[in-house]
Amino acid sequence: MKLIRFFSFGFCFAAALFAQGDGISPSELLKPLKDSWPTYNGDYSGRRYSALKAINTSTVKNLSLAWSIRLTPGANPPAGGRGRFGGGQPAKLITGGEGTGELMAGGVSIKASLLAVDGTLYFTMPDNAWAVDARDGRELWHYYWKTRGGTHIGNRGLAMWNNYLYMETPDNYLVSLDAKTGKERWHKTIADLDQGYFSTPAPIVVGNHVLVGTGNDIDSPGFLQSFDPETGELQWKFYTVPMKAGDPGLDTWASLDAARHGGAQTWIPGAYDPETKLYIIGTGNPTPAYTTGKRGEGDNLFTCSLVAIHVDTGKMAWYFQTSPHDMHDYDSAQTPILVDAPFNGKMRKLVLTAARNGYFFTLDRVTGERLVTSKYGLLTNWAKGLNKFGGPEHDPTKDPTVGGALVSPTSDGTVNWEPPAYSPDTGLFYVPEGNGYSLFYLTDLDPRGSMGLGGKEEVNVGTGGNYLSAIDYRNGKVVWRHRYYGNGGGGGLLATAGGLLLAGDGMGSLVAHDAKTGKPLWNTRIGNITNAPQTFLLDGHQYVTVATGDTLWAFVLN
Amino acid sequence: MLSLRGSRGRTFALIFAASTAILAQPPQQGQRRPGGFVPGQQRPAGDPAEIAHGKALYGISCRGCHGADLRGGDMGGPNLLRSQLSLSDRDGEKIIPVIQKGVPGGAMPPIPMGPEDAKAVATFVRSILATIGGQGKPPNAQEPPTILVGDAAEGQAYFAAKCTSCHSATGDLQGIGTRIADPKMLQNTWVAGGARGGRGGPPAAAARSEKRTVTASVTPPGGKTMEGRLLRIDHFVVTLELADGSSRSFRREGDVPQVVIHDPLAGHRELLSVYTDKEMHNVTAYLVTLK
Repeated sequence: MKLIRFFSFGFCFAAALFAQGDGISPSELLKPLKDSWPTYNGDYSGRRYSALKAINTSTVKNLSLAWSIRLTPGANPPAGGRGRFGGGQPAKLITGGEGTGELMAGGVSIKASLLAVDGTLYFTMPDNAWAVDARDGRELWHYYWKTRGGTHIGNRGLAMWNNYLYMETPDNYLVSLDAKTGKERWHKTIADLDQGYFSTPAPIVVGNHVLVGTGNDIDSPGFLQSFDPETGELQWKFYTVPMKAGDPGLDTWASLDAARHGGAQTWIPGAYDPETKLYIIGTGNPTPAYTTGKRGEGDNLFTCSLVAIHVDTGKMAWYFQTSPHDMHDYDSAQTPILVDAPFNGKMRKLVLTAARNGYFFTLDRVTGERLVTSKYGLLTNWAKGLNKFGGPEHDPTKDPTVGGALVSPTSDGTVNWEPPAYSPDTGLFYVPEGNGYSLFYLTDLDPRGSMGLGGKEEVNVGTGGNYLSAIDYRNGKVVWRHRYYGNGGGGGLLATAGGLLLAGDGMGSLVAHDAKTGKPLWNTRIGNITNAPQTFLLDGHQYVTVATGDTLWAFVLN
Repeated sequence: MLSLRGSRGRTFALIFAASTAILAQPPQQGQRRPGGFVPGQQRPAGDPAEIAHGKALYGISCRGCHGADLRGGDMGGPNLLRSQLSLSDRDGEKIIPVIQKGVPGGAMPPIPMGPEDAKAVATFVRSILATIGGQGKPPNAQEPPTILVGDAAEGQAYFAAKCTSCHSATGDLQGIGTRIADPKMLQNTWVAGGARGGRGGPPAAAARSEKRTVTASVTPPGGKTMEGRLLRIDHFVVTLELADGSSRSFRREGDVPQVVIHDPLAGHRELLSVYTDKEMHNVTAYLVTLK
């Protein structure tokens, strides 16, 4: 009896230790995505293309459930333990936060990318982080942050630097955890909650920088910050709008006051080019979003732009504005994809982005030179051609009007935050494409303009079809469209060397498509997908993971 | 902005599609807000007497530059509702020094006001900040203007030319301007090609009327064609409601079984990329006259 107890204790202890290793050194983050998934997009390129190919167009028919776990956010797990399957003891709960514990947001779901490292999965919901055993979904620890407030709309996941994890919270803290134990190392304020900021991005580790974006709804300036991974000290802060006289872009605003309230939030992580040390990130809409008011008729830089920021200095190297003078809340907060590929007979270092406004762009990522602009949204109708820089020029008659302007896409865009994918095997850029129509009514005629997302009423009146679309980066043309019956692609995409493209179909299935044609090859009906599918290798087996709301699913070949 | 981004605000997420997604369901007002919204600074209600005193002082000394509604005034003062300084103020500690000392190098002069009075002004400002709506919407938004900007006669001509093959002003649309009294609701409804439930709209049951029912026929290889109301369809399963009220689903693999969808609103949906805004406004101006 005594012996058995000793053994079982020893076994558990050893399992807990061996389930986790040494984490991820910054140099490992430079490798292309393969066995592990150590950063938001898997690797810095943003391609979400895995070199794994055990699961491929031939074998995918045998993909089946390995395990599933339902997570309970908050401090009080229901009686009977956590987790739907496997039972067992509740995971160790670690509590932090500056709030009283009285505020708790409901209805949160897993929109995070998981980090798959050392046989462990690390992921989040707003205010919550978990480590689970990648072999069976058993919770290893659960960290709960008592919030002070802020919009709890989503959290995109964690960053990892050696054995430390980093999470942003809706009330604007950067929290560092010990990956082995879930114990908090420190937390630092990253933005002012009183000013309406709230934070959802996954931080991105580059060398000894933790790059941190945030969001806001009340006409506050956007910025990107870099923190020291060891101490949490601020290294630099880059504002995405002009903040003082002489700042670049100020001439595109009617006044400095307008620029300083101009938005351009950094709420989706960017991609990183190690050769130039440039972090390339999309910025959000100008504010007020739907009325020009005091922001003037100019382009309102650097809202709705791709900006390239040197990671050591926080200085901008170049920018390209994908939605000049936006009037429909078409944030350019999409994940850019870095590829080295032929263009007009020459190998080029490119960055590709399919913007929320229905336009696709290919740029040179070293210089920011624009190479391609194309309209990929089938019914996109808000612009009247291109401006002198090659960005779409808004058609003022399609801005919100008193009588109602019938516009596609809706303010939610042809694509929103969902990460796209790129396969070097097909040379195709993949993106969910929604062609909804909205009536945009201008409701606030105050010449001072409105604030935030106010001043308009938007009514969805139908859709001209939703698709999974494949774009040729060389000319921006859509090579094929796979028609969705629902709003497919929610959560984002994954491409693999096995010739697959994985996505939710908006009708309750996770679907594996042939990446060449879009043809569905396999599906499993687990509910609507809330994060991007991912893949990793463990014990010689290739896993696919995906989340539906509060539930995480893992699949393997059987 | 971020707040709508949970799932591309997919208000039509549940609409099974025919050849494309469809309009059989009423359009939704506004946007879905997935995830919990918890406001930032919790601004406790201040003392009413202090707020009233602060409001009076604001009217005397601040209103000219910052506006009666705090959104900026004729004399060029900034909008206080989105001022980072006023948003961060908790008990006057940020606002009082600005009132008393002005903004050095800026346009704002020092205002001669004692600490108690300045504190009352700060309390008043915070009481207004507390009424800012979700996603930064300014408080006390004005009444929206009428959306009737079109020409009814032109709308009638357009209707006669383009709509009368399916609709009639004395038939299905008789009294539509009375049944849907709010012009905006009426426009939303006819542009969407479907009845809206809720305020001002006809009963939700109308949305399921015969004329708007999407049906499908399913023909297994060598088998008999089955028809019924289309309950759901994706690439893997199609489900019909049969005449006897039972439901029947079929596994789909590519083109097998053959599925043909009959969507009475397909034509309406295609019109979304045909109307000009002017035509749309004219038709609305005409339809409101059908009392």
